[in-house]
Amino acid sequence: MKKILTSLALLGLVVVGTGAIAAEEAHNAAAPTHFPINEPKEMDWSFAGPFGTYDKAQLQRGLKVYKEVCSACHSMNLVAFRTLSDLGYSDAQIKTLAAEYTIHDGPNDAGDMFDRPGKPSDHFPPPFANEEAAAASNGGAAPPDMSLLAKARGVERGFPRFVFDIFTQYAQGGPDYIHSLLTGYDQTPPAGMVIPEGTHYNPYFMSGVSLKMPKPLSDGQVTYDDGAPQTIDQYSRDVSAFLMWAAEPHMEDRKKTGFRVLVFLLLFGALVYLTKRKVWEGVAH
Amino acid sequence: MSEGHSTYTPKTGIERWFDARMPLPRMVYDSFIAYPVPRNLNYAWTFGGILAIMLVSQILTGIVLAMHFAADTSLAFDSVEKIMRDVNSGWLLRYLHATGASFFFMAVYVHIFRGLYYGSYKAPRELLWILGCIIYLLMMATAFMGYVLPWGQMSFWGATVITGFFSAIPLVGEWIQQLLLGGFAVDNPTLNRFFALHYLLPFMIAGVVVLHVWALHVVGQSNPTGIEVKSKTDTVAFTPYATIKDAFGMIVFLFFFAYFVFYIPNFLMAPDNYIVANPLKTPAHIVPEWYFLPFYAILRAITFNIGPINSKLGGVICMFGAIVMLFLVPWLDTSKVRSAVYRPWYKLFFWLFVADAILLGWLGSQPAEGSYVFMAQMATLFYFAFFLVALPVLGLIETPRRLPNSITEAVLEKNKGGGHHPAGATAAPETKG
Repeated sequence: MKKILTSLALLGLVVVGTGAIAAEEAHNAAAPTHFPINEPKEMDWSFAGPFGTYDKAQLQRGLKVYKEVCSACHSMNLVAFRTLSDLGYSDAQIKTLAAEYTIHDGPNDAGDMFDRPGKPSDHFPPPFANEEAAAASNGGAAPPDMSLLAKARGVERGFPRFVFDIFTQYAQGGPDYIHSLLTGYDQTPPAGMVIPEGTHYNPYFMSGVSLKMPKPLSDGQVTYDDGAPQTIDQYSRDVSAFLMWAAEPHMEDRKKTGFRVLVFLLLFGALVYLTKRKVWEGVAH
Repeated sequence: MSEGHSTYTPKTGIERWFDARMPLPRMVYDSFIAYPVPRNLNYAWTFGGILAIMLVSQILTGIVLAMHFAADTSLAFDSVEKIMRDVNSGWLLRYLHATGASFFFMAVYVHIFRGLYYGSYKAPRELLWILGCIIYLLMMATAFMGYVLPWGQMSFWGATVITGFFSAIPLVGEWIQQLLLGGFAVDNPTLNRFFALHYLLPFMIAGVVVLHVWALHVVGQSNPTGIEVKSKTDTVAFTPYATIKDAFGMIVFLFFFAYFVFYIPNFLMAPDNYIVANPLKTPAHIVPEWYFLPFYAILRAITFNIGPINSKLGGVICMFGAIVMLFLVPWLDTSKVRSAVYRPWYKLFFWLFVADAILLGWLGSQPAEGSYVFMAQMATLFYFAFFLVALPVLGLIETPRRLPNSITEAVLEKNKGGGHHPAGATAAPETKG
């Protein structure tokens, strides 16, 4: 009977396996059913891994890309100017940077709303007065807020990769996705694919064949003063890294603390284990 | 607290003073120092203690988080982000709490499977088992409501889907659903009552845990052989033996917990929950937290009507039935032998059941279409067959292996072989997940 059961179990596995393959087969280049069409490219990020840290020069470049390009449409409501000290800016620099923005404030003592220059305690002001205005100016859908974008996007990794991700500590799905999307424009869609009017084909977009956002970056668009290449690829990397920081500003602190905690648990565990051996010595169990 | 006589003798004046008025030191001494535990417990028995740590950790981090959380649909999401960004060590508290929920469930699943493997639910431990099942139910309710609080997309749509189950119940379903929601859809009243209940339920869990531990101390712990303690040589004192062994097991568990908290805190979370809830925009796939996935797969496996029961109600019945099965286990299992160590057939079916539960979990995360539906139906069938067919029938037809006369005999037999285990003496349950 054991043999029968083993063969039944094997049969079950085969049925399951072929079923999964059959499900994958229903795939057509012109009318794909699963998105994104292309998986995000895995990049090397300075902040990956157990000892990862943000590259401050890269974050500063990313901030520049955000300020000069993305912020025309995308808000970043959760990020305060004061936190830009993480990027290596001095208090004076942050004050100057904040003052470049106009903040709508009030009411004042006379009951009037007024405009004033930004202070370090302010957050990045949104480009549109409200979500309806943002949607109206962008073809019906408001561009998403960017504060958490790097954690709010992630293409499903699938089995068995998600198991390996535990050991490799892969947590860069967000920046990988953003980088791939930004560099994924200008490709020719497969013959016969229907691209809705007013949208742009991008095989890295995770919710369809195309998206409303036109290609945002082009070579040479943002001037870097640290000699970094002024290419779409570099801009995309830098802004993705910056968005990762914006979404997870305490990541370096988290990983540093984590290392100490794990080393402590390892040493403490070893001592407790030796004590346990001593206590149980001579007690058969 | 337990049966038998107390061996506590107060040594100092203050201890005697307390002992005559409120014998708390005596209770602690009898329960955590002199309390006899079987000498052959393996690391699977550490998970009870691990669960106690996790409950305390969840309550402590939760209370501090509640000090910074705003239960209002227009504020909740941003208040959680304020915790992540501006509250001192707020990121640590939130990641401990969110990842802690997952590790709480991992520990409870090991604990439950350990009970199933070693037959810990059998007389006289039925009540102990049922109290455990009640804790598990309360944990599920608490976790579900906690997941709604950050008010992300998955919070909102998960709450919409799960409260929608109740509308399938005939006659009173709509009424129950509206009572849960505080309206016709998930909105501010839902968030408020979920927050209140999410704060209340952990203390109810703590209350049932007290009963669970009380019942445990009356009947004593089961053990890998499933043979009752017969003499003093079968046991060792809780302290130092169990305390030091449990301490080591707990540190190993905390190591894995810390690895997730500090290095991959978002691994077990859906990216969609970092998008603020939007009632007008349904996410492409609404997937519950991993610990609910097997039940979610069972719910969606019922795609057909059975007589007057439509598929929706059928799915809900099967999903709740899957949990009811656990409550019935003490009476479904007809075997006279407790431990799977001595039940070759039950052992096989136990591991098939574990595989089936994992398969259901994976299916719960996949879209309910194509061949996945059929696989989920087969896996659901096996799930119920394990409880309703395998447990009663195996007990009647299976020939168990020879049982040792006592725990001591089993231990000595095992150690005689020069340290290596005779086949199946302990099937290393600590390796199962």
